[in-house]
Amino acid sequence: MQPFTVVTGAAPYLPQDNLDTDIIIRIERLAALPRHELGPCAFETLRYVPDGAENPDFILNQPVFRNAPILLAGDNFGCGSSREAAVWALQGISLRCVIAPSFGDIFFSNCFQNGVLPIRLAAETVQMLARACAQGAPLSVDLHRCDLLAPSGQAIAFEVDPMRRDGLLHGLDDVGLTLRHDASICAWQRTDRQRRPWVWSTAGAVPPQ
Amino acid sequence: MEARTVIDKLWDAHVISDLGNGWALLHIDRHFLHELSGPPALADVEERGLPLHDPGLVFSTPDHAVSSQPGRIATTFALGGRLHAALQQASARMGVRMFDLGEPGQGIVHVMGPELGLVLPGTTVICGDSHTCTNGGLGALAFGVGSSESSHALATQTLRMQKPRQMRIRCEGALRSGVTAKDLVLHIIGQLGTAAGVGSVIEFCGPAVETLDVEARLTLCNLSVELGARCGLVAPDERTFAYVKGRPFAPQGAALEAAIAHWRTLFSDEGAVFDHEECIDASAVRPTLTWGTSPEHAVAVDGLVPDPNSITDASQKAAYSAAIAYMGLTAGKPLAGTPVDYVFIGSCANARISDLRAAADVVRGRKVAAHVTAWVVPGSELVKRAAEAEGLHTVFADAGFSWREPGCSMCVAANGEQVQSGRRSVSTSNRNFVGRQGPGARTHLASPAMAAAAAVAGVIIDVADLPEVNA
Repeated sequence: MQPFTVVTGAAPYLPQDNLDTDIIIRIERLAALPRHELGPCAFETLRYVPDGAENPDFILNQPVFRNAPILLAGDNFGCGSSREAAVWALQGISLRCVIAPSFGDIFFSNCFQNGVLPIRLAAETVQMLARACAQGAPLSVDLHRCDLLAPSGQAIAFEVDPMRRDGLLHGLDDVGLTLRHDASICAWQRTDRQRRPWVWSTAGAVPPQ
Repeated sequence: MEARTVIDKLWDAHVISDLGNGWALLHIDRHFLHELSGPPALADVEERGLPLHDPGLVFSTPDHAVSSQPGRIATTFALGGRLHAALQQASARMGVRMFDLGEPGQGIVHVMGPELGLVLPGTTVICGDSHTCTNGGLGALAFGVGSSESSHALATQTLRMQKPRQMRIRCEGALRSGVTAKDLVLHIIGQLGTAAGVGSVIEFCGPAVETLDVEARLTLCNLSVELGARCGLVAPDERTFAYVKGRPFAPQGAALEAAIAHWRTLFSDEGAVFDHEECIDASAVRPTLTWGTSPEHAVAVDGLVPDPNSITDASQKAAYSAAIAYMGLTAGKPLAGTPVDYVFIGSCANARISDLRAAADVVRGRKVAAHVTAWVVPGSELVKRAAEAEGLHTVFADAGFSWREPGCSMCVAANGEQVQSGRRSVSTSNRNFVGRQGPGARTHLASPAMAAAAAVAGVIIDVADLPEVNA
């Protein structure tokens, strides 16, 4: 996982609320393509018109916002399907950070698993940043300091869970960390086999044909 | 002792270690894999050179990308065939019990888990699918995960989680005759909005929930994620225990009695505190459909398509205008009477035997309107066989429905089964997002009875308004 420390660049604004993961990446694409080829399909129903040409009205198609590393978004961004490919598709267009008033819960977790930083800020703050960045002026997001620098030079603090911040800063891998607890996991399971034998005894039974 | 919620009890019972800052290492009792998100998770673990921590707690089945065409095989939909093969091979290599096509147990993951007795009250359940919350209908703490979290659970049988906030939705009063769990939950989402449950687990309770049978509770919890919640649940009760008893993988005899004694302790104590509580008057709920492109765009069948000009909030006004345009509707006009092209009865929301019975009761003795393409896709192989044993397939076929093989089919449109662009579908599924049933598809969510009524009338209609069948 690529560590996240400081990310600076243009920040286009997608104001729609409830922009779901079906819109971020269509299911046919994630069935057909490996994860590193999803970028061209990110937001495809918004980015392209039906004949396949680029939709010039879509903000990510404007030259100044192509490959922008930061996205400003509406409420409940990434709601819906659990598909982690939504995050992979965003990474495929170089996004490293999404700023929104709120996020779909599964999408929010999936971002951290892939080195993408989701930041929750009040709706008014997101809109203020959208106005400040509308012409392509850059934002700078600093995960060490937990603040972002608006084009005006104003610093805006954001909150991020300490464990998740650590993981992003160092590109840490959860599986390796958890396996250090394996003795506790196995001990818990031994006790649980006594306490809730029905959870364990049923696994492996054969259903009637 | 301090009053605890049922969510507290389930959470605390699964914490292996406190990781600090509100994080816990949580034990996962049941892990389901399907062919879309399962193979990447299995491949990730394999590439790390790790074994599955507890393969006996992991179960797989193909559902998302398999064809539902009668007589289908794995490669009937070629793209899905590759995914199916990947799931089959990785399951075999890594010791995961797979319920394959044509075998009892195959089906939509959230239909087959409960019906096999794999999902039990008081268990933690995950799957790389957002509708895993369905399983909360049995009193399980069940939530969708991404494929990274899925591979973490395959390697460790745990998840690192922060305890979610807790929300309680109390449904007072009794549902009117003919009003179903689907109508209730669409009504709730319409009232509270799709972001009401973000960051929360929802306990559904109250008289209207207690009287729902378990399959209806699965429907109710299925749409928890459309309220923004990662899980929703109904505390287990005698109905739940009766449902579990006799299921193929459920405990039996003394083991079942011991389990039930434990499950009886799983309720929210008097005085237990939730972060957020809502109360819904269930007696006011009417048969409900969606008109727009979000599950919160819900309206009673005799209601009107809303008029964006009556809305002051600028962003909501824009969202309503865009939804009405996409759906090809007219603001301020009645929803009922709108012609439909497709009717889809299926999905993890509504493809259980009780759902098919409800739809068949409407269809019996009637014909699908000539311009409507109508499909019934059973939720699992066992649902299909049970329905055929009752003759429901004949009821549907005689009326002009296509009777199909189990899978997700037109709900998710990952298998080439789509509503054509610009066409209108009444669907028993759970998402009416833009493009969900195919690019340009227009979806109205509804209960099985209401979908069946739309199929025979050819328009959106209250099932109670269908003309009598001549004997």
